[in-house]
Amino acid sequence: MAEAKVAPRTPPTKRDWSWRSQAFRGLMYQILAVVLIGGAVWFLAHNTAENMRIRGIKSGFDFLTAPAGFDIGESLFPFDSNNPYWKAFLIGITNTLRVAIIGIILTTILGTMIGVGRFSRNGLVRGLCQAYVEFFRNVPVLLQLLMWYLLFTELLPDIADAKQVGGFFLSKGGLSFPEPVWASGHVWAIGGLVVGLVAAWFYRRWAQGKFEATGQLRSMVWAPIGVVVAFGIVGWLIGGAPSEFNLPKKGEFSVEGGGSLTPEFLAVLLGLTLYTASFVAEVVRSGISSVARGQGEASQALGLSKNQEMQKVLLPQALRVIIPPMTSQFLNLTKNSSLAVAIGYPDVVSIANTALNQTGRAVECIAIIMLVYLTTSLSTSIFMGWYNAKSAIQER
Amino acid sequence: MAETIIFQSLPSRPAPTQTEGLVPWAKANLFANWQSTLTTLVVGALLLYFIPQFVNWAILTATTVPNAEACRTPGVGACWGVITEKYRLIIFGRYPLEVQWRPLVATLLLLALLVASCTRAFWNKWLLVLWVVIIGTFFTLMYGNVLGLTKVTTDRWGGLPLTIMLSSLSMVMAFPLAIAVALGRRSKLPAIRTFCTIYVELIRGVPLISVLFMASFMFPLFMPQGVTIDVMIRVLAGLTLFAAAYMAEVVRGGLQAMPKGQAEAAASLGLSYWQTQGRIILPQALAMVVPSIVNNFIGLFKDTSLVGIVSLYELTGSLGLALNGDADWRPYKLEGYVFITLIYFSFCFAMSRYSLWIEKQVNKSKLR
Repeated sequence: MAEAKVAPRTPPTKRDWSWRSQAFRGLMYQILAVVLIGGAVWFLAHNTAENMRIRGIKSGFDFLTAPAGFDIGESLFPFDSNNPYWKAFLIGITNTLRVAIIGIILTTILGTMIGVGRFSRNGLVRGLCQAYVEFFRNVPVLLQLLMWYLLFTELLPDIADAKQVGGFFLSKGGLSFPEPVWASGHVWAIGGLVVGLVAAWFYRRWAQGKFEATGQLRSMVWAPIGVVVAFGIVGWLIGGAPSEFNLPKKGEFSVEGGGSLTPEFLAVLLGLTLYTASFVAEVVRSGISSVARGQGEASQALGLSKNQEMQKVLLPQALRVIIPPMTSQFLNLTKNSSLAVAIGYPDVVSIANTALNQTGRAVECIAIIMLVYLTTSLSTSIFMGWYNAKSAIQER
Repeated sequence: MAETIIFQSLPSRPAPTQTEGLVPWAKANLFANWQSTLTTLVVGALLLYFIPQFVNWAILTATTVPNAEACRTPGVGACWGVITEKYRLIIFGRYPLEVQWRPLVATLLLLALLVASCTRAFWNKWLLVLWVVIIGTFFTLMYGNVLGLTKVTTDRWGGLPLTIMLSSLSMVMAFPLAIAVALGRRSKLPAIRTFCTIYVELIRGVPLISVLFMASFMFPLFMPQGVTIDVMIRVLAGLTLFAAAYMAEVVRGGLQAMPKGQAEAAASLGLSYWQTQGRIILPQALAMVVPSIVNNFIGLFKDTSLVGIVSLYELTGSLGLALNGDADWRPYKLEGYVFITLIYFSFCFAMSRYSLWIEKQVNKSKLR
């Protein structure tokens, strides 16, 4: 029995300094990449420094403490043109966050409704939801923003004859609404709401435990909401029931008093919400249709109603598929809020653009924009990653 | 004593005599139960209220006469005259009026090329040659200065030709970059992986507008003394870098979806890294993500509307250019917006249908 023995090839030794060693080649490629990219960065930085020296452009962030010299249309805290640049940037950031956060909340509600509507038994609702999605996602968001802004500023009545519905006034000047006058009693009301939230959380846990033990179904949505509202009202009553409202009144040339939203803010908010909602609706729809068919059929066989089927069987399972693409839609909305610069809503890009034109510090201003968005993007994706891990299937 | 429950089945319902046609459909889809009936009535009433008003404004009382006087007459609805008067300015931007056949021909060629690229019969290596030839022709026609064509500098290019050129060219240039970055992000070499990850996350974390600002304000500073680059080329580079980061993620998704056995089988056959990627992994992975690539292209097509902010007058920008300075026609900007909305919509809608079709084609092998 002569069995030809082939000597096993010796594994390459750790230090094999030849081009045939994969480890060596890998090292060389990496060194090459580092050298190339480092060289390119040095080249660009060198050119930039040289150009700035020749053109006499100053650099550095010292301009942030200089007076800004421009006014800002809307801000959450007082600002005038003598205030420094850093304060202007801060206002821009708060404005961006304000429109992004409200937009994300509204988009989630609207998009989920439309996505679920695609599964309605009613053909008319199904058709309308599909038409909505097809229309809004196939038109550039910038164009939609411009169009809403045009509608708000051209087609609405003048401020002098603003349209009034209850305590609300709508005109070219924006939307004015009654605003509660801040009183110490409101602190009690908020405290009541917080206590209510805690109570509702405990109630839900108790109801869930009861359901799992006995199978008795208790209200999981309306009862907790009722608890929260009831505690809020009790707190408000304890605080002395402050009910004074700052009502907007129509003056000679303007609507005075009350809270108000500018047409710029409304246009950005509406445009972003409607545009992103069409994408969210698609995310929700594909999430729901990713749930195995048998799940819906099984829940029908168990006698669940159509609403229970959606709430208890389909949506919880769909959620796991929905969350990652939903995150990127939220980030898209935040990033798209930068288009506010096109219609003059003072978001961080718009402020940076003004600062850039005034000071000529292009590098610094663009760096600030990028830093702001990178921070929001990264923190959102970290938060959503945590939430995603929490709601993932607990496998044995 | 417990009561005995006697199980009694309900009498079976008679089989429906008619299951097709309008009446049974309406019964099942519009009036299935009282909630559905109520919804139908409310939604139907709203539609019946709004649609006639819209039709009345857009068609019945509209005017197409290119005369601002005619639009100001009371009772007149949509003023499409603004389109018949200004359509050349809206579609071609500031391109010289007497030679507008050039952008027209160039755009039609580019569109034909895009359609060809979407057609199965053309999917071979000659397509690449066709791309090079047609892009060359496009720039020759647009820029001129040869073959007796007058020179038209890029600052006068605009409108739809610019939109289509920017989106398709940046997409095509982004493609090889995206593949390289996607492979790099999955590479075993830490330095290369880090660079690729930083690039993708950096670009995806910031809005397109900041990339465009960079292209517009910072690129000139990046260049050595005496070298200036045309703003259109800079914006094109910005768009390419932006699109490549997003497409790299799409390609990476396709690479990740490939079963590990494919690469292992290739390795056991003795193929090198590049052979494995080029002949085994990429062809399969790319075929899988074609629908997402088309969707990416739709996004990029819509995003080109942003270049107006750095003063390149593509379709959205050229509308502003056409109407903002004209006091007569300025009040009818809404009609102008509706017009370009229709243009964008028809392009994007057609592409999204194509993406659905190609998704079916790609999945055909799975539906044996």
